[in-house]
Amino acid sequence: MEIKELEKIASQVRRDIVRMVHACQSGHPGGSLGCTELLVALYFDQMNLKEKKEEVVFHMNGKDEDLFFLSNGHISPVWYSVLARKGYFPVSELATFRKLDSRLQGHPTTHEGLPGIRIASGSLGQGASVAMGAALSKRLDKDDHLVYVLMGDGEQQEGQVWEAATFAPHHEIGHLIAFIDLNGQQIDGPTIKVMNNRDLGEKYKAFGWEVMHIEKGNDMASVVKGITEARGKAGHGKPVMVLLETGMGYGVDYMMGTHKWHGTAPNDEQLATALDQLEETMGDY
Amino acid sequence: MKLTVNYLTPETDILMKKYTYTEKKDTRSGFGAGMHELGKQNPNVVALCADLVGSLKLDPFIKENPERFIQCGISEANMMGVSAGLTIGGKIPYATTFANFATGRVYDQIRQSVAYSNKNVKICASHAGLTLGEDGATHQILEDLGMMKMLPGMTVINPCDYNQTKAATIAIADHEGPVYLRFGRPVVPIFTDPDQKFEIGKAWMVSEGKDVSIFATGHLVWEAIQAGEMLEKEGIDAEIVNIHTIKPLDEAAIMKSVKKTGCAVSAEEHNRLGGLGDSIAQVLVKNQLVPQEYVAVNDSFGESGTPTQLMEKYGLTAKDIVAAAKRAIERKG
Repeated sequence: MEIKELEKIASQVRRDIVRMVHACQSGHPGGSLGCTELLVALYFDQMNLKEKKEEVVFHMNGKDEDLFFLSNGHISPVWYSVLARKGYFPVSELATFRKLDSRLQGHPTTHEGLPGIRIASGSLGQGASVAMGAALSKRLDKDDHLVYVLMGDGEQQEGQVWEAATFAPHHEIGHLIAFIDLNGQQIDGPTIKVMNNRDLGEKYKAFGWEVMHIEKGNDMASVVKGITEARGKAGHGKPVMVLLETGMGYGVDYMMGTHKWHGTAPNDEQLATALDQLEETMGDY
Repeated sequence: MKLTVNYLTPETDILMKKYTYTEKKDTRSGFGAGMHELGKQNPNVVALCADLVGSLKLDPFIKENPERFIQCGISEANMMGVSAGLTIGGKIPYATTFANFATGRVYDQIRQSVAYSNKNVKICASHAGLTLGEDGATHQILEDLGMMKMLPGMTVINPCDYNQTKAATIAIADHEGPVYLRFGRPVVPIFTDPDQKFEIGKAWMVSEGKDVSIFATGHLVWEAIQAGEMLEKEGIDAEIVNIHTIKPLDEAAIMKSVKKTGCAVSAEEHNRLGGLGDSIAQVLVKNQLVPQEYVAVNDSFGESGTPTQLMEKYGLTAKDIVAAAKRAIERKG
């Protein structure tokens, strides 16, 4: 897909994110806005998904298609919007986010049967392990499709992440591409102050991963180029780690670059300001 | 000990009350034998282990199915996540380690990635309870049944001997959904049918009686059988029921039994808080109150010792079941 087309989708996804979070006055807009380019690029351009007559079809078993897992489940708004815009479920359902009887729970889950979701996430540090299991299942089935997983940089403070980091190179899981959203922010402040992860690239390299950077994680062309490069590195017996440098809250000026919008909803006035900055390209839900 | 073999199955005449055995084995070996069998039967079964292959008796499975074994190293949290991921493509992962590391250490991973996500993971836990012995309390988990039964959708199974553990190991592959299968290290008599059909959630009437119902789980079923014989000598006719499935609990079988006997004893190698006893108490409270006595560990940690010493010190033997049965009968008034 043309970069311009992907950018248009990203703009609509950002509108969805702030509107969803505003409507229920809860949720996590900061990380969602920061990862918009990545999820749009994956689902609308890079991933090999099951489609029937150009319509996306969801099968839990994920056979013969690429899979995506969101480990930092709190950025559910961006994932829900991208899944809905891709056609996994009606866009109108975004209005139910975090409300009673909704399939769009605060954190993603299979429990209410939302198409596109294959595991619950929210309690941090578990997604990479799950993605590796899915990749091993594909290997047993001689299915060469890729498994993607996105983690947060604050999430790297969880111990299970490093169990997974050891496991994947040992088992030569080459069809795995992991991303870390390197936005440098977490709930209590800048990551460097809360708990310094130091050089994650060097760490993963030492663990045996193929490591690469996408320096402009909110520039669609850079993200598409970066994922394409990562796909080229995949399938050679080494898991691939992509450090994606993003801005928390990217696209809404007053939310950018601060941890304050990690988990805070905008009020009516702030919503209006945000929507003024984001073009409606596909029609609001 | 008499050496006449007298296997009983649920179909056999339950009035034949004499249970004897010719051989003793650990239940974990029953698990290993079940896995060996499953390896041949079901191509979707995958075994995972966290650096305890020998203890879990997985060698025969691994030898015949090396591509379907995943060594996880000493990383149980990751093992649970990998297991959850494996189910997505239709694999049936058996995640194996000691009960302590299979539950308490990884409760959140099981809760989110397995139970809440309703993944078809079989959590197979050896060395449960006090009777792993000399390693002491760090390894003797007595809270696992409670933790696992509280998870919505989790099936919890604690078979009584080698043959039943083997049968349960095979049976859970055909059950869609997460399962916690608990077994152990001590060598205990083999007294159930080697060809038994294991039915999840269906209590097994070991022997009928009219004076007291003894509901036992795991290798305490054998202690209960011994207790039944001791009670018989004193003119007390005990009914013994093997509750191999803690969840879903066979409430109908429990109520049918206590309606006849009027009192109950629960026997388990677990903390008295949160185990089988509490599950039975809940059934009684809901339906019909009768006196119930617990044979369980009295809210304490264990310690180093031989399995026999620990069973005695912590009150889990046939003698303790006899005493509990008498107390329960006494309370009937």
